[in-house]
Amino acid sequence: MPNTPHISRRELLRGAALVPVAGALAACATPAAPPAASSSAAPAATSAANPFGVGSKPLEVWIFDGGFGQDYAKNIHQPLFKSKYAGVEIKHNATKEITKVLQPRFAGGNPPEVIDNSGANFMDFGALSQDGQLQDLTPLLDAPSWDDPNTKVRDTIDQSVIDIGMYEGKFSVLGYVNYIHGIWYSQKVFRDNGWQIPKTWDEFLALCETIKKSGKMAPFTYAGKFPQYLYEPLLTMAAKVGGNEVLVNIDNLEDGAWTSEAMKTAATAWAEVGAKYLMEGTTGLDHVQTQTAQNKYKVAMLPSGSWLENEQKTTTPADFEYGMFPIPDVTGSDKMPYGTLHTQPGENFIVSARSAHPQAGMEYLRAMLSKKAAGDFSALVRTMTVVKGATEGRDISPGVTSASKAVADAGTNTVYYRWFNWYGPLKDEAIAATGELMSGGLTPDKYLERIQKKADEIKNDSSIKKYKRT
Amino acid sequence: MIFNRYRRGLFITSFLAAPVILYLVYVISPYIQAFYIALTDWRGVTATPRLIGLENFQRLFNDNVFWQAVMHNGALLVLLPLITIVIALFFAFLLNVGGPQGVTGIRGSKFYRVIFFFPQVLAVAVVAVLFQQVFRPDGSGMLNGPLMALGMGPIGFLSDRDVAFWSVLAVMVWQAVGFYVVLFSAGLASIPKDMFEAAQIDGASRISLFFRITLPLLWDTVQVAWVYLGILALDVFAIVWVMTLQHGGPDRSTTVMAAEIYRSAFEHFRFGYASALGVVMFFFTVGFAILSLRLSRRERIEY
Repeated sequence: MPNTPHISRRELLRGAALVPVAGALAACATPAAPPAASSSAAPAATSAANPFGVGSKPLEVWIFDGGFGQDYAKNIHQPLFKSKYAGVEIKHNATKEITKVLQPRFAGGNPPEVIDNSGANFMDFGALSQDGQLQDLTPLLDAPSWDDPNTKVRDTIDQSVIDIGMYEGKFSVLGYVNYIHGIWYSQKVFRDNGWQIPKTWDEFLALCETIKKSGKMAPFTYAGKFPQYLYEPLLTMAAKVGGNEVLVNIDNLEDGAWTSEAMKTAATAWAEVGAKYLMEGTTGLDHVQTQTAQNKYKVAMLPSGSWLENEQKTTTPADFEYGMFPIPDVTGSDKMPYGTLHTQPGENFIVSARSAHPQAGMEYLRAMLSKKAAGDFSALVRTMTVVKGATEGRDISPGVTSASKAVADAGTNTVYYRWFNWYGPLKDEAIAATGELMSGGLTPDKYLERIQKKADEIKNDSSIKKYKRT
Repeated sequence: MIFNRYRRGLFITSFLAAPVILYLVYVISPYIQAFYIALTDWRGVTATPRLIGLENFQRLFNDNVFWQAVMHNGALLVLLPLITIVIALFFAFLLNVGGPQGVTGIRGSKFYRVIFFFPQVLAVAVVAVLFQQVFRPDGSGMLNGPLMALGMGPIGFLSDRDVAFWSVLAVMVWQAVGFYVVLFSAGLASIPKDMFEAAQIDGASRISLFFRITLPLLWDTVQVAWVYLGILALDVFAIVWVMTLQHGGPDRSTTVMAAEIYRSAFEHFRFGYASALGVVMFFFTVGFAILSLRLSRRERIEY
């Protein structure tokens, strides 16, 4: 049969195997070729009412479905946006795993417009910024605010949002929620027992002693599984003692920033709490377990942020009355006055520069920053936003009232730090070391030396992009 | 004739094509891509990774945390097969030939066989969450509750850095033993009963029965178990990631290679570096498999 086409087994295999492989390889782990940059051209004309030139293309929104849920986006923000742009279809999505769902979209070149890049598995902002994936939001700051065409958006939000949202000199990340950190307690418990809010560290230790002796509950706890809950008051205390530059130096990876005197004072103070006043088993419990213990009146105080009240709403007794107080005076000659607070914008929203419709993304953020959107958000999730005065005239909850009052008292004495977002490996080291400090495995000096060593390592690693702040 | 051969070839090929393609696309090609990504500084989101040569591998050699993880994998590689096999052999022996006659199991052996297999049925993540509760450091922990009731302070099974690794090992053994009991039972069932009877008539005790009859005749099965458990020890991930504090803590006292790879890729967004770690782990695993198959070549006992 000379006319039978002879295909050897090998050839057949090769043919059969290669055709689909060629296609599949292109779509696998390695990134796709960069897409044509088409999104920068404005699809529609800009005007005072439509400052970014929102077109008719759909708007895809991804919300981190965490402590705040996703209802605020569906029922507050999106209807408000729709009220002005009825023609733009909003594709609402929510996930608990931002990275797993969206990282492939970025690598594939078709990211969604608006992302609430939050939760434990958020995408690294530095990596996104380095790759030019973040839309420059400066036009948003300079646009007229949603409520008042004569006020710029820039003037309706806290300055720290703008500082913290800067990546590579461009404002690219919008923190929406203003997280206020402090020591949280039950106002009812303190009232019933006649315990006073400590104004100095000695008073704080005396209060711990009183609570311990009373036998009613343990004095103090923190989310032992996640020691970042404890390095927060430690760093805030160091800033209070040594001034804001303590944290600036740490963020800028300055030599010896972690081993400064102020840091030593703070580490020593908290190590003492770790040794004497922790609730039994603290180091093995997570934030929910410790916070629930507090709701059950098993422990008096814990460090947390203003998301706490909403996070615990299902387990908090009705008369619990959350309250918050700032870090007490430590040395008597602290550089920053009583009331100094760590406030940090969180729940970070970004607009993808390479998405199909970034203009609509920015407009969506502008709508979110309106007083109505921010106020309704606060009422729904009992948390303050970065929009100034959005909760005015609303009685939201004891915790929010207490935190708002603390912010008002602090005035300009607020601090923040950013190293944990910039340098992931440093965060891991600080977490590991802080756990050891609190369980007595490391002395305060060794603790700080250890983190300093990691900071130096990162400073000398050319592959890690460095950031600076002032 | 040629046509028939051609048809036969086509027939075989058509069956082979699907699995081979699947294997190439989903196993071989990701491996090759990982080798390529390991040579870049890819951070996971960009479309154009930059080639940086062997820089990632240089960095890896100075990465204490990674070598700590390798040490933990190494310790698991020795301890996990050893402990699991010893316990499983002991149970299998009792269940099958440990009875008074030497040819049957102890009383209730059928019941125990089911019980032993339970952990194997549970998903690893379920086991991890389950043991988080068992190991809880306060009065509501399954182990610490009774301990505290007896007046002994709570033990930080997962929060004490000197204990945490052993807790992980214990959970892994707990989960693995059931399967190997079944595997060894099957092996024991294929040993002719008259060998045990003959040995017993000769007056062999249960101990010498075990070491002179059971173990030599089960050697093949034990080798298989060793390789399986070794690979399990090298690529352990879910138990550590889900169960331990800070995903491999406290203070990295339980971290393993796979956890460090995951952390580098999905928490630090250093996909290039993570791939380099993955490449190293690949060679460790392949090396172990080759080595153990070489070392365990031995004459089969025919019966």
